[in-house]
Amino acid sequence: MSQYPIKPELQVSGKLSDNERLKAESEHLRGTIKQDLSNDITGGFTGDNFMLVRFHGMYQQDDRDIRAERAAQKLEPLHNVMLRARMPGGIITPAQWLAIDKFAAEKTLYGSIRLTTRQTFQFHGVLKPNIKPMHQFLNSIGIDSIATAGDVNRNVLCTSNPVESELHQQAYQWAVQISEHLLPKTRAYAELWLDEEKVETTETEPVLGENYLPRKFKTTVVIPPHNDIDVHANDLNFVAIAEHGKLIGFNVLVGGGLAMTFGDNSTYPRKAEVLGFIGLEHTLKVAEHVVTVQRDYGDRVNRKNAKTKYTIDRIGVDTFKAEVEQRVGVAFAPAKPFEFTTRGDRFGWVDGIDGKQHLTLFIENGRVLDFPGKPLKTGLAAIAKVHQGDFRMTANQNLIIAGVPPAQKLLIEQLAREHGLIDDSHSEQRKNSMACVSFPTCPLAMAEAERYLPELVSKVEALLAKHQLQNDHIVLRVTGCPNGCGRAMLAEVGLVGRAPGKYNVYLGGNKVGTRIPKLYLDNVGEAQILSELDNLIGQWAVERHSGECFGDFVIRQGVVAEVKVSKTDFHA
Amino acid sequence: MLLSSLVAQASPLSEQQVQQLQGLVSQLNPIQQAWVSGYLAASAQLAGGQATAPAAAATTSATLTIVYGSQTGNARHVAEALAALANAKNIAAKVVDLADYKSSQLKNEQYLIIVTSTYGEGEPPENAVSFYNFLFSKKAPQLPQLKFAVLGLGDTSYEFFCKTAADFDERLAELGGQRLQARADLDVDYDTAASSWNHALIKVVEPEFAATPSAQVINWPGQAAAVSQSQYNKQQPFAAELYTNQKITGRDSGKDVRHIEISLQGSGLTYQPGDALGLYFNNDPALVNELLSLTSLEGAAQVSLANQSLSLSEALTEQLELTQSYPAFAEKYAAASANQALQQLAADKTALRAYLADRQIIDIVRDHPAAAGAMTAQQLVDALRKQQPRLYSIASSQAEVEDEVHLTVAVVRYDAFGQPHLGGASGYLAERLAEGDKVRVFIEQNNNFRLPANDDTPVIMIGPGTGIAPFRAFLQERDARGASGKNWLFFGNPHFTQDFLYQTELQGYLKQGLLSKLDVAFSRDHAEKVYVQDKLRKHAAEVYQWLQQGAHLYICGDANRMAKDVHQALLDIVQQNGSKNAEQAQQYLDELRLAKRYQKDVY
Repeated sequence: MSQYPIKPELQVSGKLSDNERLKAESEHLRGTIKQDLSNDITGGFTGDNFMLVRFHGMYQQDDRDIRAERAAQKLEPLHNVMLRARMPGGIITPAQWLAIDKFAAEKTLYGSIRLTTRQTFQFHGVLKPNIKPMHQFLNSIGIDSIATAGDVNRNVLCTSNPVESELHQQAYQWAVQISEHLLPKTRAYAELWLDEEKVETTETEPVLGENYLPRKFKTTVVIPPHNDIDVHANDLNFVAIAEHGKLIGFNVLVGGGLAMTFGDNSTYPRKAEVLGFIGLEHTLKVAEHVVTVQRDYGDRVNRKNAKTKYTIDRIGVDTFKAEVEQRVGVAFAPAKPFEFTTRGDRFGWVDGIDGKQHLTLFIENGRVLDFPGKPLKTGLAAIAKVHQGDFRMTANQNLIIAGVPPAQKLLIEQLAREHGLIDDSHSEQRKNSMACVSFPTCPLAMAEAERYLPELVSKVEALLAKHQLQNDHIVLRVTGCPNGCGRAMLAEVGLVGRAPGKYNVYLGGNKVGTRIPKLYLDNVGEAQILSELDNLIGQWAVERHSGECFGDFVIRQGVVAEVKVSKTDFHA
Repeated sequence: MLLSSLVAQASPLSEQQVQQLQGLVSQLNPIQQAWVSGYLAASAQLAGGQATAPAAAATTSATLTIVYGSQTGNARHVAEALAALANAKNIAAKVVDLADYKSSQLKNEQYLIIVTSTYGEGEPPENAVSFYNFLFSKKAPQLPQLKFAVLGLGDTSYEFFCKTAADFDERLAELGGQRLQARADLDVDYDTAASSWNHALIKVVEPEFAATPSAQVINWPGQAAAVSQSQYNKQQPFAAELYTNQKITGRDSGKDVRHIEISLQGSGLTYQPGDALGLYFNNDPALVNELLSLTSLEGAAQVSLANQSLSLSEALTEQLELTQSYPAFAEKYAAASANQALQQLAADKTALRAYLADRQIIDIVRDHPAAAGAMTAQQLVDALRKQQPRLYSIASSQAEVEDEVHLTVAVVRYDAFGQPHLGGASGYLAERLAEGDKVRVFIEQNNNFRLPANDDTPVIMIGPGTGIAPFRAFLQERDARGASGKNWLFFGNPHFTQDFLYQTELQGYLKQGLLSKLDVAFSRDHAEKVYVQDKLRKHAAEVYQWLQQGAHLYICGDANRMAKDVHQALLDIVQQNGSKNAEQAQQYLDELRLAKRYQKDVY
């Protein structure tokens, strides 16, 4: 399948996982999805299609709050899909925003637009009869959801940096190009959802392979010193290197990823590492061949070890790099120096170098919905009706109203304040806390995340205040399962769901997201979490070095050991 | 039937026959037993139909033929009671379901008694449709030899009260028949009046039969054997334990439908798929208290009801009808309480019917309360009619649930006139009865809604809403029997996510192959409303093909709209796919009906 000679010694042999069978039998991701769409006896997808719809950007979910209730009612779970749009770099126009605002209100169970850590939006709760109309609607406004889930390269992130607009524009264009370059070539999406005719050609997937990738694959374009997209959560990162404000090339980092499986010590969160520097002209080839090397040598036997990070740890980063260089035909230059100094979003107004102004709004949990006293969704729609620039969804689940001409600044600010989109009472702690969706929709959720975060933050705020640290914050993240959408494994305090009300607590990440935290508390409830944090924050207040962040403090104090090399240190 | 409980004096079999039957049954496995049961039922039906003709022809003067048209079994009960009276007087009598009555027999008939209800908008009940059509057709013979009487059962709250009875009565006279006794049209609480009418009739015919030396008792055939041999019946209901009360519509549904499971353990009650469960209920104590307060009466006041002395609140709670309203109450209550406004309203039948349409008894009294001393407790009791049991199509097969009986009950609940309203029986089951409490029940058999005796015969079941109930029973039965015939179910309701009754069970049946096809119509999920009849039309060719293959066709649910729309769809399907004209299509369905291949349980 590969046009490059395969080295069997670099492959994992054994019986392929069942996902490999279903991809192989899917006729390039078609499966029997079409038949399922006309099956009106169930709201769900059957058999392999349950997995295959993911490649089209959807997850089958149900309202887990009422799953048992419905079982007693002799009703199947309230099956629906979550759709994740493909929006490289997270840029969306006001016209698009108004359209998705309307769709969310009229055709989804939850009525919300959910901004996510993949720098895009999700619709939650789309019933089967609405699925195809949804794709056609999205297509009509220039949006698709191809390959935003499944064993493919997913939505490509790009640092949300509206200030240096020229550099951002270049980086953003690369994010778009990489996304397009790595898309599946199958016409399944067009045929299934857009009713495009089946074309009699022999389809092939020259980049992703006929069986697609061994596992999900995540890519970013990042503009230092800002690490808002969390490079270490991604398989492949292009670190923008600029000279005099002009992009000249990228340092390439590979092998990051945060997912793990409880009880399986062969799985662990791992940082990305540097392969070297490349010129712009090699960007797409390098992207392609990091993917093809992972495609050919990723573990297709054990899905839990299938991600790029394990491939690199298994075959060695030098071998991995040599394979990529050989396929691209170019050697990596030594990496250019770069540094990350920030990670959170810069809330409020900033002036761009192009004379435009940009307003970053804190959207708690990324959930755009009208809440009592805070009609966020109505407010954003009102802004979209007058806004002349664009919107940028950030990888921290927030939203930037970008490119506001000075004359409109007051109007936008007024609308934002009227609708609770600017709330001066939000603490730094709240603005630096994040959670994945979890209950009630996510089928993987083991504990609450989004619905729990606001009250957890209030309790942590109280602890900080108790120790006179109310102006400080701790990067706090909650994720409902070890799959890690909430990126808790790059937090100073990370909670990972184990069971309803129970979490593993990891400590020791840092502010800029360049250190993996380590397990501190195993399977504990809120009371214990808060009592331990109270104690540690108390110590931090008294014994911290000047400006020392909480994560650095707990490492220095030996509260947890530092994770330097995940494979050996994380479970040690 | 439980053979251990089959005792000679309770069954029509001789002791020797019982022993022979027990000997045979002990050697059969359950599937063989089920087959034998179906075989015997079918042959009894055939025998019943054929036996009547020669018997009547041979004994030219000596049989009282009592036929009934009934949806609920009431007319059948009255017909059976009349036959028993006749037999007691040595008058030969037979009871025949109008669905089984051979129209060609009519010209030979000497004594014909018709007991019939009326249905919907003045139409004959389903089992009387063929006979009714025959009687009003050109084929109807002159009947100079005939002596007849007609008894109507109905409900005065309907506009077309006892219309079918009146139609029969007039038509038989028109064809030359002589009335034995004037027709009576009886309201919902017909018991006493029906008994009087029966006794009076026997008095009239007795001399005629006494003059006939060949008079003999002919035991009415067939169905008695299928009747449960329990000591419990409509008059003596069984206090059964409520096992389960489970809402089976989703939390966002506009409907509240309950799956009810009741234990028949220890009752000896048995039923067949297609039968109904009769159920008595207690009225809401809050409703009783409000009524007492509005009429300024004391609940402790002693009243007399059916020769029984009891307290007013007991009578109101347990014995009287407090939810369904009817004109007689308005009239009697207006008179008793000397309420002029209500008296005026009651004087105009049309206005009164409109007024009563959405009103329960309590609404009438709320509008017209009675001051202290205006009326007595006994007057209130006399104004109210006796509670009639509610019938629910049984949603289970004993082959599957043994001594349980399952129901699918839509809770009647609505706001009107600024007040919440709750149905009497459905409110009792859904809200007032706790699991473990007792509810008074009996079995009401329905021989006009039966699975084909032959397990290979395909069936098409059309049951939107709670009309699904008997089909759950059918499916359980066919599953337990290992019946190889194909099963096709049409179901509909407003919303897929909220109102797909028994969804997971049906999905299971579909997966296992018991259900060959399942077509659903969720009317409110689409811009254009889609109903079961639309789904039938969509599959017209296949529906017709199934019918041509001998499929039996069943409809259960709403009578006024759904059953008519479905019938029209079937006519169209037959006409188009069978290359027939409208008349031939009608004839095709009539023939299906006569062959018992097109059965309805509609309400």
